[in-house]
Amino acid sequence: MSAVDTARAVDTARAADTADTVRATRKGISIGPVGLAWRPRVFWLTIAAVAAALLLVVLGVAIGSTWIAPGTVVRSLLGLGTGPDAFIVQTLRLPRVLTGALVGLTLAVAGALTQTFTRNPLGTPDIIGVTSGASVGAVAAVVIGGGTYAVGAVVLGSRIPVAATIGALIAAAVVYGLGWRGGVQSYRLVLVGIGVSATLDAVTSYLLVRAQITQAAAASQWLVGSLSSTSWASVWPLLIVAAVAVPVALATSASLGIGQLGDEVAVGVGLAIQRHRLLVIALAVVLTAAAVAAAGPVGFVAFVVPQIALRLAGTNRPPLLLSAALGAVLVLAADLLARSAFPWQVPVGIVTTVIGAPYLIWLLIRHRKEMSR
Amino acid sequence: MVRVPAPTPALAAPVRGTRDPGVGAAGVHRTTTRRRTAIVLGMVVALALVVVASMLLGSNRIGVDRVLAGLMHTGSSTDDAIVWGSRIPRTAIGAAVGAALGIAGLLMQGHTRNPLADPGLFGVSAGAGLAVVIGVYVFGITNTGVTVWFALAGAVVASVVVFSVTIAGSGTASPVPLALAGAAVSALLGALTSFLVLTDRDSLDAYRLWVVGSLSGRQIDVLQAVWPFLVAGLVLAVLNVRSLDALGLGADLAKGLGENVLVARLVGLGGITLLAAGATAAAGPIGFVGLTVPHVARALVGTGHRWALPASALLGAALVLLADVIGRLVGSFAEVEVGIILAVIGGPVFVAVARRRSLVSL
Repeated sequence: MSAVDTARAVDTARAADTADTVRATRKGISIGPVGLAWRPRVFWLTIAAVAAALLLVVLGVAIGSTWIAPGTVVRSLLGLGTGPDAFIVQTLRLPRVLTGALVGLTLAVAGALTQTFTRNPLGTPDIIGVTSGASVGAVAAVVIGGGTYAVGAVVLGSRIPVAATIGALIAAAVVYGLGWRGGVQSYRLVLVGIGVSATLDAVTSYLLVRAQITQAAAASQWLVGSLSSTSWASVWPLLIVAAVAVPVALATSASLGIGQLGDEVAVGVGLAIQRHRLLVIALAVVLTAAAVAAAGPVGFVAFVVPQIALRLAGTNRPPLLLSAALGAVLVLAADLLARSAFPWQVPVGIVTTVIGAPYLIWLLIRHRKEMSR
Repeated sequence: MVRVPAPTPALAAPVRGTRDPGVGAAGVHRTTTRRRTAIVLGMVVALALVVVASMLLGSNRIGVDRVLAGLMHTGSSTDDAIVWGSRIPRTAIGAAVGAALGIAGLLMQGHTRNPLADPGLFGVSAGAGLAVVIGVYVFGITNTGVTVWFALAGAVVASVVVFSVTIAGSGTASPVPLALAGAAVSALLGALTSFLVLTDRDSLDAYRLWVVGSLSGRQIDVLQAVWPFLVAGLVLAVLNVRSLDALGLGADLAKGLGENVLVARLVGLGGITLLAAGATAAAGPIGFVGLTVPHVARALVGTGHRWALPASALLGAALVLLADVIGRLVGSFAEVEVGIILAVIGGPVFVAVARRRSLVSL
């Protein structure tokens, strides 16, 4: 055996050793092919975020034009309440709060998926054309569909959600189809997405510029993202999509990590890269489309929440569960502020940005301080 | 000759097809130089043709003879007014804006190493937009000659904020924090703009027209306001070319080659801000040009910025003017804004380019 071979053998043995030690020291749970590593920091952060989200749900239902005591809220939530308070909770406030939580959750997970998949912090679901497509659909429904200033009336007639969903799915299919050349590559997909989104956004602008000012105002309101016209009808589709897509997303978590290593490595360790890509894109599209149909493209959530989650957890990619919980927290908190802190109702999408952007900036600055310490 | 290793980007997709034809045998080098020169000359010719078209075509349908008469001041006063009052300023502004956005986009993508970076990423567009809306909301100003100053001020203030955050955040204005800080500040300013626009009808009306990007109604006073910014930005961009090539190899290697990374970044970012601020103030945020032209320029002449910079400038200028001319002609009773034409026609073309050529990864 030559010296080189010996050295190689020793290296291999050492590598195997290290792998064993890692396996031995890193605890985790695994169900079939799905495994989650035990990261205490991520775990406790997620627990805290979920607790905060639940607290915000109760507060969101309690606070409004009339104050309802949290005790009554919880009783009504459990179906034990009666009288006018129970009606306000179950029919008026709960759908709005639940929609907010689900919109935040789905957008955040979709953002975490696309940012990981494109390996680009700017890679929000927008780049697959979902948001642009949904916007064209919704704005066309308002402007061409003879919508009135009362967006609420149109939304309840469910024209906007349907138009937005159709627009989103068509746009995403077009981007994916055009990005396909014997397989989809994330870089080409991103570039195709830029082109398609730009075209669709121009159509939206054209509709906005040519519309009557009242319709333009209604459409602009939708484009910012708003929870003001939600009902149980907006909760159910979201809930179903979230219940199906989020667990699937969690199950792909391991492949997502492998996909980040680059195509060659990923294929080398046995990842069916094209199937994986299609799955990730489909998940992101469905999650985003559901959220946008319910509340419009709520500003910034899909971009900022995964970045915040990643920085809080100190991981190399956005942790999905933590992103989901933080997404719900952000939208719930923003909606609470939007409803109660201003003399008139501010669209929730403005507040999510006003909270999220400074927080991300603060995290960026603090990161520097930690590094130089 | 030593093959320069392809830069491994931290965030972009795997590098593929980063073949630089300039690196190779001396003979190959000569032919590629000749090829690039031919391509750039072709762009010059294309730009010249579009400039002529922009002078000849418009909603006032006057013949070549009358345009020439207007140019020489020998025709009627109407010809004079059309040529000197409308066609010339519009052509000049369109070309300047296109070139500025092309260069700004190239520098932006080079510095952030991100294919999704457009010149508005440092808050320039969002800052200018907010300032324009404040101008309408608070002072009721809609005149483009005055709005341009609001837009300039907003753009510069916003990008200074983004730089400060990034320098505070990363010390060296490195790509990822820069992109993140820019996106965060832009979103914040955009949210404030939406807030104002949704509460005031007049602001919404002015903003929706400004934000699509348009050259119509721009007088020479707009160009007089922005040209110092554009020229200063161009100077900084040209000075930045060598450093940018070095930075393309990664900050560490650039340092090894004797670059002062922070200075190089500040020069580049200053250039981007001045160019993008001037262009946005003159014609509104036409992000599409800055986003896509650099990709096409790099595909045609390679990643070296010595070639990519003039190519981006020429392509950007030609593209904006061409879109403007088309916009003047297609609208039957009102012209279509240049920003809309650019994206509606340019979007599919860009998709086709992205599909056919393996665009050089950043």
